[in-house]
Amino acid sequence: MIQIENLTKIFHSAAGEVTALREVSFSIEDGDVFGIIGMSGAGKSTLLRCLSMLEQPTSGRILLDGVDLASLRGKQLLAARRRMGVVFQGYHLLMQKSVRENVAFPLRLAGVRRAEREARVDELLELVGLADKANAYPAQLSGGQRQRVAIARALATNPQVLLCDEPTSALDPLTTRQVLELLRELNQRLGVTIVVITHEIAVVREICNKVAVIDAAQFAEGGRTDEIFAKPASSITRLLLGVEGGRKHA
Amino acid sequence: MLETILSLKGVLLEGLGATLYMVAGSTIFSYLLGLPLGVLLYTTGKGGIHENLPLNRALGWIVNIGRSIPFIILIIALIPFTRLVAGKAIGPTAAIVPLVIGAAPFVARLVEQSLQEVDTGVIEAAKCMGATRLQIILQVLLGESLPSLIRGLSITAITLIGYSAMAGTVGAGGLGDIAIRYGYYRYQTEVMLFTILLLVLLVCLIQFLFGFTANRIDKRNRS
Repeated sequence: MIQIENLTKIFHSAAGEVTALREVSFSIEDGDVFGIIGMSGAGKSTLLRCLSMLEQPTSGRILLDGVDLASLRGKQLLAARRRMGVVFQGYHLLMQKSVRENVAFPLRLAGVRRAEREARVDELLELVGLADKANAYPAQLSGGQRQRVAIARALATNPQVLLCDEPTSALDPLTTRQVLELLRELNQRLGVTIVVITHEIAVVREICNKVAVIDAAQFAEGGRTDEIFAKPASSITRLLLGVEGGRKHA
Repeated sequence: MLETILSLKGVLLEGLGATLYMVAGSTIFSYLLGLPLGVLLYTTGKGGIHENLPLNRALGWIVNIGRSIPFIILIIALIPFTRLVAGKAIGPTAAIVPLVIGAAPFVARLVEQSLQEVDTGVIEAAKCMGATRLQIILQVLLGESLPSLIRGLSITAITLIGYSAMAGTVGAGGLGDIAIRYGYYRYQTEVMLFTILLLVLLVCLIQFLFGFTANRIDKRNRS
């Protein structure tokens, strides 16, 4: 379980202070497909960077099974990172390495033996439907295929949580549906918790059983997707849903 | 003309050998110094995996000072140091010392630039996968920038051909030395032209070989 407690992140720059997140609290249960939705600039990406331990919270805590992520150092930090797979918006694949080497990369970092590594990679590529592309290089793949490689790579260390940043924003509608289908399947087959950061309401509606709406650095509302979407309490949710009563947004 | 060249065959071959020896030796040693320095320049920079701005600025200054001293002056100024390291101040082996000192800062900048081409997102992704800093340097930074590093290597080798010709003027031998001794002091222009031709061929060969290798191994070119 992931508990986010009063998470605040302030960036200091020459232009002054920017509060990217203010007192955000909610929890993600094991096995959820959890959507975090908001407009661009709402703070979603900062939230993902805090969850993936790329940024330290200014105040507040993120607990993974009761352990404060910010308190981890050294080996424990590396171990915690292996329990969370991250799929980045830009995929961030190693361009000089083949699909096989990319998926094997986290295993190599973890010191997994070669034979075991190879078997796991085959299994993962099978899982994401890219077994025939094992020896291709990222430059030879389409956006949807790269996304699948990124997903397979993130799953390599058997993480309990898969964090996905805008997994479909660069994909066409058909590929989007396939990638979402894959995420749902992974959640059901592997029991992995999936957190999807998105600005697209359709993505949340399609696969997320729960949702948190982030607006202007704050938590607007959250809960079961069907309930939130049936009775949106905040004006930002109404706006995202495109229903009457949503406030005008610049 | 051909007769003069043929009569100097031995001298020219020896000169070519000395040039190749100096260029190869100094390229290897300038990378032994410059590659770690370039990695350090990159990783200690702002947002780097070992961010340390005072160290980064100090290294930057050292590199800039090293690069701003004209090479011909560096050779002279380094004579006592050269004697200390190589045991002598004259000859191709001795020339490698100033060549390395002159080229290492240049190599450091080239390496830094190659590393800057690596997508920072890939470095973050590796961090998220639990990579240690050493793993990031070896497997992500150097691995992803390898084609660019090889292109930098050819620039270094070619620059060192030019530097080695200068080193020739202070008794290092090599093609530059022949060009000056025969072509300039003895007015044998054809010898000078011939050594220039050899140098041009050498540069083209290096450029071609390294460029070809870099393109060949660059997986971004696959389609």
